[in-house]
Amino acid sequence: MLIYFLNSILFVLGLYCLIAKKHLVKKIIGMVIMEYAINLFIVLLGYKGGGIPPILLPEMSKATFVQQSVDPLPQALVLTSIVIGLGVLALMVAISLRLYEKYKTFDMSEIRRLRG
Amino acid sequence: MENWLPLFVAVPLGMAFINLLLSKFIKRISPFLVLAAVVFQLWLALRFLGHAAFYYSMGNWTPPLGITLVWDPLSQLLALIVSVISLAVTLFAIPYMQQYTAQSKFYSLYLLMIAGMNGVVLTGDMFNLFVFLEIASIASYALVAFGVEAEELEASFKYLVLGGVSSTIILLAIALLYAATGTLNMADMAAALRHGISHGLLFFIFALFLMGFGLKSAMVPFHAWLPDAHPSAPAPISAMLSGLIIKALGIYALIRVFFIILGIVPIVKTIMMTLGGLSMVIGVFLAVGQWDFKRLLAYHSISQMGYVMVGIGLATPLGILGGLFHLLNHAVFKSLLFLCSGAFEYTTGTRQLKQLGGLIRKMPWTGGSCSIAALSISGVPPFNGFWSKLIIIVALFQAKFYFLGAVTVFVSFMTLISFIKVQKYSLFGNLPERLQGIKEAPVFMVAGVVILAVMCVGLGVLYPFYGPAILESARNLILEPGQYLQFAMP
Amino acid sequence: MQGMSFIVKTVTRLLIGVIFLFGIYITFYGHLTPGGGFAGGIMLACGFILLTLAFGKETSLGKLSDFWASMLDNLGAFTFWLVALLGYTGGYFFINFIEKKNPFGLLSSGTILINNIAIGVKVFASVFAVFLALTIFGRFVSGLAESEEED
Repeated sequence: MLIYFLNSILFVLGLYCLIAKKHLVKKIIGMVIMEYAINLFIVLLGYKGGGIPPILLPEMSKATFVQQSVDPLPQALVLTSIVIGLGVLALMVAISLRLYEKYKTFDMSEIRRLRG
Repeated sequence: MENWLPLFVAVPLGMAFINLLLSKFIKRISPFLVLAAVVFQLWLALRFLGHAAFYYSMGNWTPPLGITLVWDPLSQLLALIVSVISLAVTLFAIPYMQQYTAQSKFYSLYLLMIAGMNGVVLTGDMFNLFVFLEIASIASYALVAFGVEAEELEASFKYLVLGGVSSTIILLAIALLYAATGTLNMADMAAALRHGISHGLLFFIFALFLMGFGLKSAMVPFHAWLPDAHPSAPAPISAMLSGLIIKALGIYALIRVFFIILGIVPIVKTIMMTLGGLSMVIGVFLAVGQWDFKRLLAYHSISQMGYVMVGIGLATPLGILGGLFHLLNHAVFKSLLFLCSGAFEYTTGTRQLKQLGGLIRKMPWTGGSCSIAALSISGVPPFNGFWSKLIIIVALFQAKFYFLGAVTVFVSFMTLISFIKVQKYSLFGNLPERLQGIKEAPVFMVAGVVILAVMCVGLGVLYPFYGPAILESARNLILEPGQYLQFAMP
Repeated sequence: MQGMSFIVKTVTRLLIGVIFLFGIYITFYGHLTPGGGFAGGIMLACGFILLTLAFGKETSLGKLSDFWASMLDNLGAFTFWLVALLGYTGGYFFINFIEKKNPFGLLSSGTILINNIAIGVKVFASVFAVFLALTIFGRFVSGLAESEEED
């Protein structure tokens, strides 16, 4: 239970960083921390105390495998989610570089030409 | 024939990569490939129209082990909307994108967005929904920033951050659903949830999905990205965003998860109707004072999505029918309005209403279609907007929500006022001197616009021919979600 | 970009082959051990980024030019799509239609091997292309590069 609590602290930390900081790169880092906190949460869902890795060795029976191994499905979900996070990160960094070129600042409170 | 269902996703996806490969050697081949992919998609959708509901397991892995694609009446409605509107927008985009460089990359991102939307609409697996949602969203973030001016980049960054947060929240909700039920298949999850789940967890999942999908469909506390992102995108992308993405990724996913998987509870219905009412009012009040044509249309998107939310949140047969019909109609006339604004921008170079005027004399086809779309969105008979708004209002009064019904009528009146303003300043009135030399838009642009205008008239008048097959069967599926378990599982 | 010091260059020269080979190994045996296409591709891309940082951009662009980076990107995705469509020969979309021989061997997984290789090539090419686009070809850096050459 403690580890879920720590994981939610990580999520809130990422959310705070995304909302409260003004520098664009700090916002990007906050978003990445938030996404990784959710990935960690998904992996933790499949964890079983004292479990073995989900690899079926030749001398193992199927019953002990099902009973003792951690759940491999969340691990596959997290692989996909990490790749999606990488795509979003690449796009964010590219857009923030171009934003610096146009506005000459990384400060979000000065990038406010669209309003109303 | 049922084997061809994955081609909805596979053909646009493959054409995106073939386009990038071939356009390094043969310039200017991209529009033909995109047109071929979109026409094939429309043919496939019409071929499957009216087919009995079935599921297709990818790679012959039986559910719940494998991922399934499900063709049921609700997916059929959305697949038809996506196919027809993407054909009209593609026809429009072929001359319009000549003004930009790097056209082949535009067309590849556009095809990826279409493939993502088709995947969201057809899938029968929760995590697959998330993956396709992300494909379509990331493609749309990149497309909003396509012409790299300062304002477009700012709008795209705002859209990216808000959309990324909403995707994270959706992923958290899917993870919680997996923890509660132990499976990812939608039908299996629905069956497991019928057995009972702790109330606190269920309401938390409802709240998370409401936040996530509410942001994708621009409901009121989560609408802040839309007025910046939709005007800044190139005109075909604005039409796709406002006409398809907020419906396929937002409202459709909301309906699928809330009604069919989780099972709607009364408090969520109240919240949906409240947020829908707020969206209607706030959207239209902020729209009336706008002088930028596309920003006005973007605010009206928020308002009309409020109509759909109110209709669906009502959860009575007439209400859901009104909501689905308005979804279909709004896709058609909002895309048409954005395409017309793009045509005006292409010929005159501006989209500020005060600098336009009297365009209907120089651009009869585009101006006439714009006028038809403006009358549709205001709810003037016999165009399609009138019928769907009437059904929603009658459903509200029948369910004894008198205040909300009066608010809906008032918002409809305000929509009429703002579109009278649009028509007066852009279409009728005096032509400024500097616009004396403009001509009608190129042929492909006019073709795309006229297709949608004909549909605006046809959808309203010809309802008895297509209504029961397409709309009412979707409505019946939403009201009795137990049917979904019959045809989506072996 | 002129590269880094002599120590870094020597160590890179010794290690780059091992990094490359390890990345290819992780890609190829993805159906048996953890890893697969994505992890192997990232390792290959990091190897090339190390090469760029240590020796300068001419060396790594000489081995994989930007044209070939985007071509390999598209070819990897196209191969994956083609394998998924060829599943129709086995009856279903995306089915594993190659026969599977002795378990725990290299060829024991059918189409998973081809998909792993395709994804490995695609991830390698696209991460390297993103690195090139952001740092070497980006106009953000060109201002800094011009001021460097002025010194």
